[in-house]
Amino acid sequence: MPSLETIVAQGRAVETHRPWPRVPVSPELWTAAAGELAEGRATLLGLWGEAGTSYAVHMALLGEGNRDIAVLSLACPELEFPSIGGRHAPAIRLERALHSLYGLRPIGIPDLRPWLDLGFWDMQFPLGGRSAPAPQPYAFLPVEGENLHQIPVGPVHAGIIEPGHFRFTASGETVARLEERLGYAHKGIESLMAGAPLERGARLAARTSGDSTVAYGIAFARAIEAALNIDPPPRAHYLRALMAELERLANHLGDIGAICNDASFALMHAYCGVLRELILRASQSCFGHRLMMDRVIPGGVTTDLSSGDVTTLRNLLRQIKDRFPLLIELYDNTASLQDRTAATGILDAVIARRFGAAGFVGRASGRDFDARKTPGYPPYPGLDFRVPVLTAGDVNARIWIRIREVEQSLALVEQIVEQLPQGPITAPIETAEASGEGLGLVESFRGDVLVSLRLAAGRIVRCHLRDPSWFQWPLLEAAIEGNIVADFPLCNKSFNCSYSGHDA
Amino acid sequence: MRRTLFESLSRGPLTETAPRPQDTDIAELAVAVERSARRRLGRSLAIRQVDAGSCNGCELEIHALTNAFYDLERFGLRFVASPRHADVLLVTGPVTKNMREALERTYRATPDPKWVVAVGDCARDGGLFAGSYAVVGGVSEVVPVDLHIPGCPPSPNHLLQGLLALLEISGK
Repeated sequence: MPSLETIVAQGRAVETHRPWPRVPVSPELWTAAAGELAEGRATLLGLWGEAGTSYAVHMALLGEGNRDIAVLSLACPELEFPSIGGRHAPAIRLERALHSLYGLRPIGIPDLRPWLDLGFWDMQFPLGGRSAPAPQPYAFLPVEGENLHQIPVGPVHAGIIEPGHFRFTASGETVARLEERLGYAHKGIESLMAGAPLERGARLAARTSGDSTVAYGIAFARAIEAALNIDPPPRAHYLRALMAELERLANHLGDIGAICNDASFALMHAYCGVLRELILRASQSCFGHRLMMDRVIPGGVTTDLSSGDVTTLRNLLRQIKDRFPLLIELYDNTASLQDRTAATGILDAVIARRFGAAGFVGRASGRDFDARKTPGYPPYPGLDFRVPVLTAGDVNARIWIRIREVEQSLALVEQIVEQLPQGPITAPIETAEASGEGLGLVESFRGDVLVSLRLAAGRIVRCHLRDPSWFQWPLLEAAIEGNIVADFPLCNKSFNCSYSGHDA
Repeated sequence: MRRTLFESLSRGPLTETAPRPQDTDIAELAVAVERSARRRLGRSLAIRQVDAGSCNGCELEIHALTNAFYDLERFGLRFVASPRHADVLLVTGPVTKNMREALERTYRATPDPKWVVAVGDCARDGGLFAGSYAVVGGVSEVVPVDLHIPGCPPSPNHLLQGLLALLEISGK
């Protein structure tokens, strides 16, 4: 079985693809890569399709040691390709979506039911440009046994939340199976990207998942910059990291409270909500937008920090550092709350590793991966921070991971503010004839965001955005099994997967 | 926990004064009220939020309405889990084709009198996503809309202005 390195070496890398190699491969090498994934010697980072002058499928892989990345491309002249999902479960939904969007058929996949296509578009295979008969009614997986009942939830569900469908099979209060059906927030972003100018592409990327708008902005910008061989100035890298850490802090603090609220502990929710609001107000003051949307652009950032802004940020840090320890103590000392979160919704470490579980979901189940460290990107190599990893994999662990990451992000913001280099905040980009291919991988608050794009004559030819939730949503199904239905909101919020980012 | 509670009592509330409703919102709502007969609902509205395909940015700011600074419930406004308990549907997102039926059914499940508030630039006309094969367009293409609150996303203050205007009008 050839290693990822060998597979890459056997092909001829596409010259214009940066910063990692993209290699067209034969069906045999494509299948060999499936073997590497199945044996656990590589991790799947993404799997997407392409149409246009010709059909192809692309697969992004992370090599052993989490350092090397490569994209393998397989031409699909017969509109089909050997399924990765047939040997490696994490690829199944990606291939189902690929098929639903492009009409490219994964040969050997165990499950070819549509994914993202709920039967409401006026066409099938919208990105493949072919018509086809209407799809069959969707069949949820069968369940056998006595005294089982089904509970359908969503797409309109809970309170203030994105749309998704959750089909529970329960035995009394216990969940025998959860099957998700997603796609309700699918806006066809990939089709809107095709032919778009870079500025519109940046705005679309920033609205793929609103809670990670900064991370998506950075991933998109880095893919463009890689394609065009541009390096933003150091001050821009630091300002991007500052915004990214503020986004991480705001989400983590909000989520810690919201998870506790789903166990009916409103006090944590109220106090964490205050801290989150302080961050959003500081973001508004420093960057002109509470969520810092559209502040990261290819080449750099749009807004600079004044000395008044630095004072605002120092005050913010002090306020959070003053209040957060009391909240940790409150969480830790409330036995009735611990009773709900400990040993609930356990995600097994083996499954987490196999799926390349992104972000805090993986790190709470023993998977030590953070894109800021490996492969890493500026300015993080110059900053001092740790990546906390826990092994219990329950709701409690996913809360503690966030607590520890809040502490790390506070330290990062402090360092960034103290070490902010002087200089310009953008590098000029000559867009008129911009051409090339780029890949960006950035650690959003929930995990790594992957952006792959190709430019020609100053426009985006194609752009694929892969949300970390693709490698988290299926794991929620695994984690909820055996828990009570009433613990679903708790488990779901502890994962906090993105619906819109996933559906894109 | 007791210590935290006592501390919050002694420190005083964080709740800020309410913003004044905008004249434009009142004008748009007054027209909506003219069109239909309705009972006086008092000074309280139950809201069912519906994400019809948004990026989740609007949801974050709607969530903020329930934090200690904006404290939505002091106005008699609260979020409910079922459209059958709702007076208002707060709808975000360019309506995706995948959410069209769910939005229609949620609207029909909401008893009269009811109002629909479309939140965000996407909810007005599909925004940045207009023209996609997967998108219908603004919320008003699927259900009647009584008020639009623009923004990307609208801030909690802007949301409050719109909702307070609705409260004023619906009480008449």
